Amino acid sequence: MTDLIKHSAASLAAKLAAKEVSAVEVTQAHLDRIAAVDGDAEHGVHAFLHVNTEQALAVAADVDTQRARGGSAAADLHQLAGVPIAVKDLIVTIGQPTTAGSRILQGWHSPYDATVVKKLRAARMPILGKTNLDEFAMGSSTEHSAYGPTRNPWDLDRIPGGSGGGSAAAVAAFEAPLALGTDTGGSIRQPGAVTGTVGVKPTYGGVSRYGAIAMASSLDQIGPVSRTVLDSALLHELIGGHDPHDSTSLTDPSTGLVVAARTGNVKGLRIGVVQELGGEGYQAGVLARFNESLDLLRDAGAQIVEVSCPNFVYALGAYYLIMPSEASSNLAKFDGVRFGLRTLPADGAMTIERVMASTRAAGFGDEVKRRIILGTYALSAGYYDAYYGSAQKVRTLIQRDFDAAFTQADVLISPTAPTTAFKLGEKLDDPLAMYLNDVATIPANMAGVPGLSLPGGLADEDGLPVGIQLLAPAREDARLYRVGAVLEEMLEERWGGPILNKAPELIPTQILEAK
Amino acid sequence: MAAINRDDVAHLAQLAHIEMSADELDRMAGELAVIVDSVKSVSEVAGADVPATSHPIPLTNVLREDVVGHVLTAEQALSGAPDAQGGRFRVPAILEED
Repeated sequence: MTDLIKHSAASLAAKLAAKEVSAVEVTQAHLDRIAAVDGDAEHGVHAFLHVNTEQALAVAADVDTQRARGGSAAADLHQLAGVPIAVKDLIVTIGQPTTAGSRILQGWHSPYDATVVKKLRAARMPILGKTNLDEFAMGSSTEHSAYGPTRNPWDLDRIPGGSGGGSAAAVAAFEAPLALGTDTGGSIRQPGAVTGTVGVKPTYGGVSRYGAIAMASSLDQIGPVSRTVLDSALLHELIGGHDPHDSTSLTDPSTGLVVAARTGNVKGLRIGVVQELGGEGYQAGVLARFNESLDLLRDAGAQIVEVSCPNFVYALGAYYLIMPSEASSNLAKFDGVRFGLRTLPADGAMTIERVMASTRAAGFGDEVKRRIILGTYALSAGYYDAYYGSAQKVRTLIQRDFDAAFTQADVLISPTAPTTAFKLGEKLDDPLAMYLNDVATIPANMAGVPGLSLPGGLADEDGLPVGIQLLAPAREDARLYRVGAVLEEMLEERWGGPILNKAPELIPTQILEAK
Repeated sequence: MAAINRDDVAHLAQLAHIEMSADELDRMAGELAVIVDSVKSVSEVAGADVPATSHPIPLTNVLREDVVGHVLTAEQALSGAPDAQGGRFRVPAILEED
């Protein structure tokens, strides 16, 4: 039974359809795994902030009943029906708490479901629980969660990336075959890179943001987290498509992704190596694995070309003006009146303004405060043109760089993150060092183009996972799957199986004893 | 471009409605000075002829029929509030007494 958790979502879907296993068995196997290895804030993986046992098993039992009935009831089931999934706790769900990793929303329940959650429910996918994240998705290590960090299943003393470290770690630790993430500057792809998993940031507008608690509305995007490229394609097709509840939602149909993953081919394809995303600042083991992937793609018939995106060097700076500006505005709604926490001032007049200020002081962590202050600064009179205005112009330049690069190449490629997973606590006191983790992922958010990260192997110096990032033009998400599936297949052939086979076993008894 | 100092941070914290202790202001001023310094180059990159991009994939005239759609009931909207009374959010005094 325990080997059920090692199957991909596609494989579980096939077993469920063939009635080799029941949805209840599959869901229970994952709940058991969560109970064994997830631990708590001090021990274990700590990928989950809430486990949804009863509801998940009820949905699974329902799927089994419907399948047993046969006929049209069984035929109507979505192919992922009964395949369990974890949901990043930035995405609102009825019937489970949504905290955004923040004290200010502790115990808060949303009165509505996010559009992507509605789609999971319609497909009858049991929701295993809500996964940990940096508070309001602000961070690259999950250490900024108010509820304690998530730990990397490859080494429990290391970060799982962020902000979606919980979703990536849950999938890497076989606690869930699939998860939902959100990506504002790399929060799906960078955790994927450092945990040896797959993560996709779709084209901006490709997946509805309705019900994702907003950090930076012009950059945020919900996307799939999985262990295989095909699994991400399956989930991406399900959650994508137009949603009238999101005015930035594209009207394009969400199709062709699974086919692309199943019929991957790179013969004659031009793959552009972005000169500015590599070299100085990148770990030797990351570059070694990256260059190996280039060789494999070349052997498979792809044409590797060099492209230059000179304005990418300004992307990080522009991002750290645009993102905090939008965040400072989006987080104004946490005012001690409408949601969650209210803290009264210790003394003095009990006015709404003072209640608001003491609520936000008590409810927000340091990184959230830093970004709100930075955003308020960038938007303030006298600085607006120099900061926010200039950053928006840089955004135009980055888009032009992508446009030019995509005349020379069909997809672009780079390492996903400059380093492998670092130790917990290592960069916590140096915000700027933390921000540099996202240097290779941010340009895609600035331009709205899709990006995929997949495992590229283990770095020689530390034996930890390295991520390979693929980027495609807006609305061409299918190209990511086409190339990603080919590269994954060639790499797995070289490794003799999935990269996670090389991860150390998580020993449940040690986690329990430590508790 | 001016550097960000402790007084600026205190003013910004007030604008953003976040109470901050003296220690917090000291720490935040130091951290933000480093961050602001590192993003300064952004203002020197683009010339006046470069248009600003506010959204990566601009859409225009996104409209819907002017009919009542899915809306929350008052009860649902108030369900997560720290205090409510008579179908409304209950808030502390808006103005100081004196």
